[in-house]
Amino acid sequence: MEAPPARALPPVAHIAVLSMALVIAGGIYMGSHLPAKASLGVPIGLLVASGVLVLVNVAQLARLREFSWSTFRLVGKWALVAYLVITGLLEYVFVLDGTRGSALVVLTVSLAIFAVDVPVLLAFSVARYQPVEQRR
Amino acid sequence: MTEVISSARPAGAPGPGGEGAAMGGLAGAAPPLQIVPLAGIPLVGAALVGLVVALAVNDLWPLEFFHVVGGGLWTGIDLFLGFIIGPVLGRMSIPARVEFSKRFMPKMVLLMPTLVIITLTGGWQLARHVGNLASSSPNHAWIIASFVVVGVMAIVALGILEPANLAVLFELRKPVPNGALIGKLMKRFIYTAGITGAMQVATLLIMTHLASS
Repeated sequence: MEAPPARALPPVAHIAVLSMALVIAGGIYMGSHLPAKASLGVPIGLLVASGVLVLVNVAQLARLREFSWSTFRLVGKWALVAYLVITGLLEYVFVLDGTRGSALVVLTVSLAIFAVDVPVLLAFSVARYQPVEQRR
Repeated sequence: MTEVISSARPAGAPGPGGEGAAMGGLAGAAPPLQIVPLAGIPLVGAALVGLVVALAVNDLWPLEFFHVVGGGLWTGIDLFLGFIIGPVLGRMSIPARVEFSKRFMPKMVLLMPTLVIITLTGGWQLARHVGNLASSSPNHAWIIASFVVVGVMAIVALGILEPANLAVLFELRKPVPNGALIGKLMKRFIYTAGITGAMQVATLLIMTHLASS
């Protein structure tokens, strides 16, 4: 049995999972303090780290030339729609519960990062196994 | 910092081994695989609309309904898949596994995220409604434990299982699927079954404690 040829790709999926884990950890911290006011230092720190990882992923994807971009866009687009609905529902619940001010901002940005991380992760994980295309 | 993966073969190229050849025998006669079953989307939409109404009404019964029904199905399906269907599937022939996966996995693409969001949002609102979210509640520590359990399950499901599920479905759409790649991706379900099972058992312990306190 001959192994298929190896191709090097940046660790986009691993970084997306790490970024997602950081916002989930921040969400658990916030959730464990709501509805009372929580100190925002820890969640903001986790949020910033997660945001940096998203930017790292954007940079890595921007440098990819040989990749199945049509598959990436197809999966990413529909996954984004699905996760915007999911995060929209979570945002609705927080607003409904009276979360306001800086706590709501932190939760909203966390949900936005989550809504980007998951589609990137799904799209990259599918596209990496599809026939490559040259970026124009 | 890079990771090395097996590159994709062009669609239609022969698979690397016997598994691919076995799948190729099935590929010609099968109808094209639908990744997301479109017929299920109205059902998902109806469930989500029902959830929004339950959240807006904020009565105990509808919140309890969505949380218990969603959570019961989520936990039951996860445990049934991991410990009953998974081992059975592992002993089936490769073509039978492919046929099962082609029909089964698209349904999971719609079903599981819907159950998860219904359970989580319904559960959050329910916990607030009955006062378990308040830090003064005797159940507060149990609620936080449930957050951690859900967080671990979310990372496993979204970070490991769902990407593998979708990648397998896209591979199965090819004229000759790569059996070695599908086998490699499906191993993730086996490796994570223990974690998912432990988290779901923890969920059962926490939720039954909360319901009886």
